[in-house]
Amino acid sequence: MILSSPLAALGRSTLALLAALGRFVIFTAQTISHLARPPFYPREFGHALMQIGYFSLPVVGLTALFTGGALALQIYAGSARFSAEAVVPQIVAIGMVRELGPVLVGLMIAARVTSSIAAEIATMKVTEQIDALVTLSTHPMKYLTLPRVLAATLVMPMLVGVGDVIGIYGGFLVGTERLGFNATTYLKNTADFLEMRDIVSSLAKGAVFGFIAALMGCYYGMNSARGAMGVGRATKGSVVAAAILILAANFILTEAFFSA
Amino acid sequence: MIRLTDVHKAFGSNRVLRGVNLHVPKGTSMVIIGGSGTGKSVALKCVLGLVAPDSGTIEVDGQDVRKGDRDAFLARFGMLFQGGALFDSLPVWQNVAFRLMRGSLKRPKDEAREIAIEKLRRVGLKPDVADKLPAELSGGMQKRVGLARAIAAEPEIIFFDEPTTGLDPIMSGVINELIREIVTEMGATAMTITHDMSSVRAIADNVAMLHDGVIKWTGPVAQMDASGDPYLDQFIHGRAEGPIEAVR
Repeated sequence: MILSSPLAALGRSTLALLAALGRFVIFTAQTISHLARPPFYPREFGHALMQIGYFSLPVVGLTALFTGGALALQIYAGSARFSAEAVVPQIVAIGMVRELGPVLVGLMIAARVTSSIAAEIATMKVTEQIDALVTLSTHPMKYLTLPRVLAATLVMPMLVGVGDVIGIYGGFLVGTERLGFNATTYLKNTADFLEMRDIVSSLAKGAVFGFIAALMGCYYGMNSARGAMGVGRATKGSVVAAAILILAANFILTEAFFSA
Repeated sequence: MIRLTDVHKAFGSNRVLRGVNLHVPKGTSMVIIGGSGTGKSVALKCVLGLVAPDSGTIEVDGQDVRKGDRDAFLARFGMLFQGGALFDSLPVWQNVAFRLMRGSLKRPKDEAREIAIEKLRRVGLKPDVADKLPAELSGGMQKRVGLARAIAAEPEIIFFDEPTTGLDPIMSGVINELIREIVTEMGATAMTITHDMSSVRAIADNVAMLHDGVIKWTGPVAQMDASGDPYLDQFIHGRAEGPIEAVR
């Protein structure tokens, strides 16, 4: 009896975890399957593009600018120990494009967009707006989930691209204004060192992170419990899950692109 | 027209519906009454397919609601939700014309707006409300917009979920009158759930009392006061003593 209780609890937790995983996989498959089945809602898609893409530009730009600048300072301080200060442009470029650009943009989008999607959809669920959609012959996944997930997947590579450029510019500003680098040499070193593979991996990571961020917001929103506490839990859960999945996906994608 | 036969529904260990049998003839207004948490909303949602019953059958015009074209089925219905359930991000006229702007009933935008304004007028709202957002309206106005949306596509069947909850007595009377007028002039079949007895007397042709997951009594509203059913009697007179346990 003493042993069976913890074992039963473990069994219940495992079953609950597997059930949640199953629900999430089904949700993801349903979302993707709606890509090929009309009707489509271009107005909702356009609205999602603006909300996720255009209105995220300030936060993405500022995050990248400060990170690029700080990265240049750190690399300069670290490389000075080996008299290798000249590598600052190359390391800033590679660091921003391969890792910091996509990951930081992904995490900022998880904070800004995932939370907003989850809170919006959860509130719609609590106030019966999702039921109302169904009674008005509109599939909630088609109307709410697909436009957001598709928009985030398509617009995130652009945000990551913008973040990469601004991050490198942040490093350039610090390098030329504070650390005494020649502007032309800095830019030449940056351009010479970056490979097409770096840029492709950065944009691909962006697409995957965008998919994850929007999907988690929609999933937690649609499965929210009732009441203000339910909406709060859905919002918190969506951001935590999106952030963890983005970091895990980043590791897998880095392994896939650069392990050879 | 609508027939529920031995419908059961449980949420975990909570058996909400335990064999509901109910018939709503075409063109009549059925009001389901019962205490909070007795499964009135669940019964309504089972008919619409928003909640899947565990067992039993639900038929509309002899057709099982789980079979056939779902869009065509839902196009026959209009529903007024308890809290209005208006879409916050859309202006009032787009809420009302939502069904008319997409899917099989899609109309040109101008025509959809015209119909929306006409329906708003029908529920006593001025055209200047059309471009406001739902959050800018009072509770009573939101209910009216919800009503306008429910009737926008002229459905054969209209459901009203607690239409007067949260409204003052005067606004409740206005909404009750509107519902009665609209149902009569459209010739629609209506199902309303409420525990507001003034709504029951204003809206109903027939009444069904839901308690403990089953229909305890059903009959014409005129016979309600002399039903002799102890459950119904206690409920309509609001007595604390009787077969329905009052949790204090």
